[in-house]
Order: sequence, then structure tokens, then C-alpha cells
Amino acid sequence: MSLVEKLLAGTLGEQREGLDRRDISARELVAASFSRITARESLTAVVSRRDEAALASAEASDARIMRGEPLSKLDGIPILLKDNIVQAGEPATCASRILGNFVSPYDAFVTERLAAAGAIIVGRTNMDEFAMGSSTENSIYGPSHNPWDETRTCGGSSGGSAAAVAAGMVPLAFGSDTGGSIRQPASYCGVVGLKPSYGRVSRWGLVAFASSLDQIGPLARSVSDCALALDLIAGHDAKDSTSIPEDIPNWSGDLEKARAAGSLDGLAIGLPREYFVEEGVEPGILARVREAITTLEEAGASFEEISLPHTAYTIATYYLIATAEASSNLARFDGVRYGRRAEQPKDLNDLYERSRSEGFSAEVKRRILLGTYVLSAGYYDAYYVKAQRVRTLIRRDFEAAFESCDAILTPTTPEVAFRLGSKSDDPLSMYLSDVYTVSANLAGLPALSMPCGMSEGMPVGMQLLGPPLGEAAILRIGDAYERRCDQSVGLPPEKS
Amino acid sequence: MSRIESKDLTRMAVLARLALGEDEISSMTRDLEQILGYVATLEGLDTEGVPPTAQGFELATPLRADVPETPIDPELAVANAPARQGTAFLVPKVLEEEG
Amino acid sequence: MASELDRYEIVIGLEVHTHLKTASKLFSPAPVLYGEEPNHSVHAIDLALPGVLPVLNERVVELAIRLGLAIHGTVNPRSVFARKNYFYPDLPKGYQISQFEDPVVSGGWLEIEVNGKGEGKSASVGNAKTSMRRIGITRAHLEEDAGKSIHDVAIAGRDDSCIDLNRAGVPLLEIVSEPDLRSAQEATAYLRELRAILRYIGVSDADMEKGQFRCDANVSIRPHGSQELGTRTEVKNLNSFSNVEDAIEAEALRQRELIADGGEVVQATMGFDPVRRRTSVQRLKENSDDYRYFPDPDLIPLRIDPAQIEAVRAELPELPGDKRARFESELGLSGYDAGVLTANRGLADFFEQTAKACSAPKAAANWMTRDLLRELKERDVELSEMAITPHILASMIRLIEEGRLTSRNAAQLFPILVSEGGDPEALMIARGLEAVSDSGTIDGFVDAVIAGHSDVVEQIRGGDDKPLNFLMGQVMKASQGKADPGQVRQKLIDKIRG
Repeated sequence: MSLVEKLLAGTLGEQREGLDRRDISARELVAASFSRITARESLTAVVSRRDEAALASAEASDARIMRGEPLSKLDGIPILLKDNIVQAGEPATCASRILGNFVSPYDAFVTERLAAAGAIIVGRTNMDEFAMGSSTENSIYGPSHNPWDETRTCGGSSGGSAAAVAAGMVPLAFGSDTGGSIRQPASYCGVVGLKPSYGRVSRWGLVAFASSLDQIGPLARSVSDCALALDLIAGHDAKDSTSIPEDIPNWSGDLEKARAAGSLDGLAIGLPREYFVEEGVEPGILARVREAITTLEEAGASFEEISLPHTAYTIATYYLIATAEASSNLARFDGVRYGRRAEQPKDLNDLYERSRSEGFSAEVKRRILLGTYVLSAGYYDAYYVKAQRVRTLIRRDFEAAFESCDAILTPTTPEVAFRLGSKSDDPLSMYLSDVYTVSANLAGLPALSMPCGMSEGMPVGMQLLGPPLGEAAILRIGDAYERRCDQSVGLPPEKS
Repeated sequence: MSRIESKDLTRMAVLARLALGEDEISSMTRDLEQILGYVATLEGLDTEGVPPTAQGFELATPLRADVPETPIDPELAVANAPARQGTAFLVPKVLEEEG
Repeated sequence: MASELDRYEIVIGLEVHTHLKTASKLFSPAPVLYGEEPNHSVHAIDLALPGVLPVLNERVVELAIRLGLAIHGTVNPRSVFARKNYFYPDLPKGYQISQFEDPVVSGGWLEIEVNGKGEGKSASVGNAKTSMRRIGITRAHLEEDAGKSIHDVAIAGRDDSCIDLNRAGVPLLEIVSEPDLRSAQEATAYLRELRAILRYIGVSDADMEKGQFRCDANVSIRPHGSQELGTRTEVKNLNSFSNVEDAIEAEALRQRELIADGGEVVQATMGFDPVRRRTSVQRLKENSDDYRYFPDPDLIPLRIDPAQIEAVRAELPELPGDKRARFESELGLSGYDAGVLTANRGLADFFEQTAKACSAPKAAANWMTRDLLRELKERDVELSEMAITPHILASMIRLIEEGRLTSRNAAQLFPILVSEGGDPEALMIARGLEAVSDSGTIDGFVDAVIAGHSDVVEQIRGGDDKPLNFLMGQVMKASQGKADPGQVRQKLIDKIRG
């Protein structure tokens, strides 16, 4: 393995050092990234690439690095965007037929920030159509495969981003998380995934699934890489009314300081009774998470049992709210101004109905229909308003819990990556696999998933939840865990 | 909360502008029935007096100064259009009924 | 038959959509422009591109507060933007952002002038038999306008329509009245008053021709004396005052005839054909109308601080109704003059400044309502386009009051002052129009006229006063209009009957 290949498989931090020491050039790194994407095409992780533009940008990065004036720690680093984060002049299909030929005329806030930081956007990653799914099987490009076992799912909906990072194509990719869509694939693929607090990262240019739940976040190979990425993409954006007008901390800098301080003494971590139930969670997962708890105790953290009494209602609440919002958010895909239009519509209604029916997959239609029902006359109060009230109760559960602890630790998923196709015909069981992740979206909390070992030959993820805007605490705990006991699972073995 | 029937589903399909075949209607009805059956767990929960949450949290109203920006290049505005006439979007004849 | 029809009274409620006077759109920074080529004033937000988000225009909040205060309504401390979901090609997002359960303004009223029974023209003519009536306003809420569908065959072809989104996202206030109006004339009186208010407080230009002020009328009928409301229909998209009047009358007649024939009114959206003056059912209101309103998760509820409301209140100009009442009570104007002079703010301000500068409000009102408005009408111009200022008009009126300028000569100077401005006194002197006040000079003119018209003089001596005016005219002519008519008259009488 050449040096550049070795670095490409490493963390962003390692690549930064390699670039700054001039051991490798950004151009070499980006070219290696493209080679790796080609070599692992069978994963269907990347759905569009921008070779020429990316290599040109890499050369510009090299010139800056040579002058000793890199724009940021990401200058010259190859990264990938999920196909629902728009970039001017590039497609943004959301893995849907209905956006098959769409080219965005504008940049997402995140895209603009990353480009301004000199990050090299090499392409776009596969996803479940409009982020609706937990397996990246529901895509016009076909399913993405888990690099650890190609017969298994890489999770979803940001599965392409997780698989790409796990397979060493890039050190950093971006996804979106509406009910676990960053954390669950990160867990399945053995990488670190961070869903920031609601409002931390602008949603401008993120194709909306459920507006009150969606957040963009990074997937990377280390906690500190996620912190670095968050430093770049977080912050107030006047174009997003739900963006929090708070000054942003310097998370990666704070991590350095926390490391110098050493232990996690004084940090209290809650373990929700409702999440640690024997039934429904694979034993291997519970075992790995308990080992991680021991490691963190050794690092100085204290643990206490807490209760989140409304846990049993989270999935129902989530699906009512998410589908209601989605039914409205997806109304703009009507075949009039952009996207795919049905052939030879006989009238306007035919244009609408056929463009949408031919353009959306069964799962998207199912959710649109459910959301339409939830909002419709006679059901609005019973379903939508009810769900919003329960959402308040769920949020209050967390408010109460965070009075006695700084963070909450749970498994990310109740099982390791399942086999492709095994849940495709059972939407409800697919929905239920989000049980540990959706509450963070309902309550607007930051949440981190990171690897904590293997079970059945597949990565296991643990989840750290913080109070709203409490990214610093969970990053600090995650980083301490990572340094104490490197369970980052490395690159998956490859068939040669 | 009541059982969803295929006629409800047909009505939702009209509202959502989705043309569904008979098969799709029956399979979707089945799926939605199952999901709504699960969702019915909420019924038992007392939410009397609990205010609804629409967002993670309520900020002060974000406002934009009333300063116009240069509009998008009209060519770019219609660049993705499936059908256009000059810089307008083209659709099959619109019959007056709403607006 | 006619008496049978007269058993019913008309009940009308109006929904007015008025464009707010802003430079940019409600939720996007695209400029608000009229008459542009299709899609030449749109932003990514107006195109509803995937991933775009709305942010509320600050100016709109202030304008909504102004309207709320002007109609004596409650400006709600918290209002919520909701999505109204329906598909239409000129509605790019597939939903309209509006306000539903929690509007920005609740309750309110305005007063219109009606005559005794609410019949006939309600425009005030003199003070005769008119009274003020309070019309309730249910609510006013903010929403975005839709784009336009262009059906013109020459542009879109026979089978297609063109979609232009320039108008999409233009801020609107929808102002909904109570069903308090009882005739088509009251309806237009309400609309005129509302439009005057909107213009006064700078909320909207409310130009109907530009589509900035549009009206839907909810019409029902019921037997006189009944307290219950009949089934109503909604007549849509009325774009002129005469259309509103004609459409309401046509729809009320249709409903009366329907009931007289044993039928019953069903809820429907009606169209109005202004040429045939007939309404017809466009669409029945069915249960399938299901807009699935829900709070827009992309927007934070609008919170308005009481301090901001007070700040806007402090800056709010006097409203036309209040001004009219003050012109009558404090300045002694007739109801007619007060009404005319308060019809728009520019005219009212001009009048007040003139009246103050010349201390002769009635004279100022007369010059403005008769001469100035006639001049403007003849030239088809706005007051602001002319050179005359309140100071100029006041100076002219002072010359008249001082007896240095006769009204007749003033009428000669006036058109020049209107279009070119200048100093009335200097102009009067330059044109030799200053009144002759020297008694001897006037005596000379009077004596000459008496000497030249002995037959007429005899008639007057005989007790017939009628020819006196003729002699006065002769004297005025001889003095080239510079003599004071009162003085001339007195001298003639003294000298003839002396």
C-alpha cells in the first residue's frame, strides 16, 4: 500500500498532517480517493462524481498549501455529500426518479461553507429516496452494500456516506438525520456519525424530508474529525429561520483542551432504563455497550440509571410528524418547474398524478399517503396534534433527565446491520429499527454514534445524547473513549 | 382513531395527486392499517393540557430586512423545466377553478 | 313578483386581498415588480427549488401592525404561519404559506357612510340623510400571493397554459369582514373606505388595475327580520368596484329567483361575467376541499412585542374617518367638502397646510374642491405633479381676503399658479389685476356707466333690482375686473337711488 493509500484509509487528522508535511499532495489524495471509489463501485456508495472539477480544486489547494496558506483544516481533503445536499451545477436526485435530471442552480449553506474551506467535494452518495428508509435499498441507483459484509445493508438513509467512509473512499462525508439517518448507518458501518442539535446547522439547500426533524451532520473515522467538521458547518444562517442565532464554540479546540485535562471526572452519564431491555436488543450489542460503560467509568465518568418514560411512544410520534411534514414537503415535486414529467399528459391532473406516481417509489408514496391522512379533516387532532403533544412529553423526559446527568448513553441500534432485502416487505419492522435514534430528533438533541466493538463480525455502535446545544459534552466523552480504548474498527477486510 | 379503508386511501391519493392501481390501493391500505394500528398506542396516553411542540424550540421570529436582491437569471430559473415557452413554464391548459 | 323578491335582504361579507407595499417578497428577497417578463423577478425560493427555505420580511410585520391599529383590531402577540396544501400550477410549493388558526390581527371595524335605509348611492351628497355605520372585521392575516397562469392562446397555444411566478410570494394581507353589509352599495362603500385607509397608512397602493386590491364576496339572502344567515355563495376575483356592485346584485337576484322557484341555494364558488352581468356556479364546495392546514415547520411563530405596537401607533397618521370628523367639527367644513378632501392623504395634507397658512379653511376648501380638483381632472394629473403648493394657494386666498384680488381675477391667475407656481402677488401686479380700491376711480367708472344706461337706471329707480347685475357687470368690465364687486354694488345703489 502506498503512503497516499494508507493515509486515505486513515483519519482526516492524519491526512491533514500528511498534506501539511508535504508527504502527499491534495491532488494525489483526491486522485487516490477516486481510484478507491472506482475500486469499490460494487458498494454503490457513490452515485455521482466530479473528477475534473475536484482535481482542479485539489490543485488550487496544493498551491495554497505550498504557500503555507491553507484555508482551513479541510483544505485539500476529499469529501462526499449525500445526494440531498445541493451543489450548484451538480445533480441532486435524492435517489428519486422524479429528480432524475435535476441540476441544482444553487449551493446549500453547508456546501458553500465546505467549498470556502477548501474541502474537495468529490461526489455525491447514495441514500434512501428522499431520506425515507433505514437501509439505502430504496434508491433508483440500487442498494448500497455494507463494506463489512456486502450481503448486508449499510443502513440508511445516509448509507452511501457511511459506506464510503467505512470503505476508505474519503475520511469525511456528510449526511442528513431525520430519525437516525446518520447514526444508524454510522453504527452499521463502524464509523462515527454526529447529528447536531436541531438548528445548529443550516438546512438551506438540504432537500426537506421532515423540516422540524432534519439536520445535516458529518460521518467520519474519528470523533475529533466530526468535531472539526462541525466547527466548519455549524453557525447561524439568516436563510434558515430555524437556525439558532448562537455563537458557535470551537469544538475541535475544546477537545484538545479536554484531552490535556485528562479524565472525565465529574461527568455524569445517564443510562435510560427503557433502552437497556433484554428483549429486542441483541445480546452482542448489550455486551459491547456494557464494556464501553466500564471503559468510560475507568476514565472517570459516573453512571446512573435514568428513566425516559415516554420511550414507548417515540416511533409512533415520529412517524406521524415526519410523514405529515413530508406529505407537504414533497408536494413541490409536481413535474411543472423541474424534475421528471410524465410523457404526454392528457391534462393537468394527469400530469400531476402520473408524474408523481411514476416518479416516487412505493415507500415514498406510502409515507405521503400516511402523512396526508394524518393531516386530513377529521384526523388532524387525533393524529397530528396528538403526536405534537406527545412530542412535548418526550422533550420533557429529556429535560428532566439532563437535570441529573450531562449525557445519556444507549446502543445506537437494537441489532447489527441486517441482511439486504430482509425488511423490504415489512415497512413497520423497518420503522421500528429506529427505536433508539428518533427521540433525539423529536427533542432536538445532539447525538453521536461511534463504534464500540464487533458482534457477529459486524460493527456495533453506541450512542451518546446531549442536551440541546450540548455537543461539547458528547464529543468530549466520545473522544475520551476513543483515546482510551481504540475501538474504531478500522477498514473492513477486503476480498482480494 | 378509526380503521382506514380503501375508500379513505383513494381519497388521500386524490389529495396527494397520486394515481394508484387497484393492487396498490389494497396493499397500501393494508400497510397503513398496520402502521396506524401501531400508532394507536398513543391513544392511551393522556395529553390533556400538554401544549403541542411544532419545533425543537421556539426562537424569536427571524426577520429579513426588506431589501430586494437580484432575481435569479430567468434562463436558469427555467433551465430544469420539462416544458417551457420563452421564460415561462408550460403546462397543459389550466382550467379556472382555484386561485 | 317584485314584492315577493323584496321580502329578502342581502347579507354580504367581503374578503379583500391587498398587496403590501414592500420592495421584496414575503418570504424571499426577490423584488416585487409589476409588468415584468415571465419569471424575471423570482428567487430560488419562489421557484420552490428543492432545499429552499422561507424567511419573513421584516417590513411586512410593521405594515400588518399599522393595518391592525387602523381598523381598531387586536394585533396578536403571537401568530402562526400555516401551510395550506393544494395543487395548482401557479402554486410552486404545492402549498401556500398563510395564517389559519392564529392570524396577525383579530377583530376590528371601520365605519362607512350610509343613507337612511342602506339603499341607493351611499356616496355622501351633502349632509342629507346619511349616517355612519360600523362594519365588523373578523380578522386580517398575512399570506403569499400565487403566480399567474397565462391562458392567452397567442402565447401559450390552444392546449397549454404558461406559468409565470413573478407574482408568487408577493405579500398579501387578507382582510375578512363580518357579514355586516346589506347592499351592493354598502359593499363598495366599505371597499372604498378600506382602500382609503390602506393608502393613508402606506400599507398598500391598492391599485385594482394592477391586481393589488382584489375582492371575493360572500353573498346570502334571508327574509327581512330574520336573524339566521342563509346559505352563502362566494363570488370570486372581483377586480373593480363596479364589478363588485354588479356581481353582488346579480348573485342576490339569482338566489332570490332560485328560492322563489322553490329551489335552494347550495354552497358554491361563483364566477361573474361582467358583460352579461350574471353569476354562474364555478365549483361546488364539496367535502373534498381539504387543505390540511398545519403550522409551517420552516417558520417560527411571529411574535410581536407590545412596545413595537406602541411605536407603530405613535407613528400612525390620522385616519380618513377621524380627519373627516375633525375637518367638520374644528374647521367648519361641510360633510361633502370634508369627504372630498379626505379621500386621499395628499389632498388632505395639502388642504390642512393651506388652511393653516391662510387662516381661511372654508375658502381653502372651496378653492380645492371646486377649482383645484377641476384643474387636475382636466389635465388628468395628480396633485403632486403640479407646481402649486399650499403656500401659493394660501397666498392667493389671503390676497382675496384682503380685498386686493377679486375672485374673478383670481380665477384667471389660478390655472397659471397650478401648473407653473410662482408668487401670486407678483403675478397679480405684473398682470395688472390688483383690485382698484381707490373710491374716486371707482366713482368714475360708476358715473360713466350710469350716464350711459339711463333707461336701465330708470327701471331700477322704479323698484326693479334685476338690471342691477347688468350695470355691475358693466362697471366691472370698465375696471377690467379690478374693482371690488361689493363696493361697486353699493355705489350703484347709492348713486341711483341716492
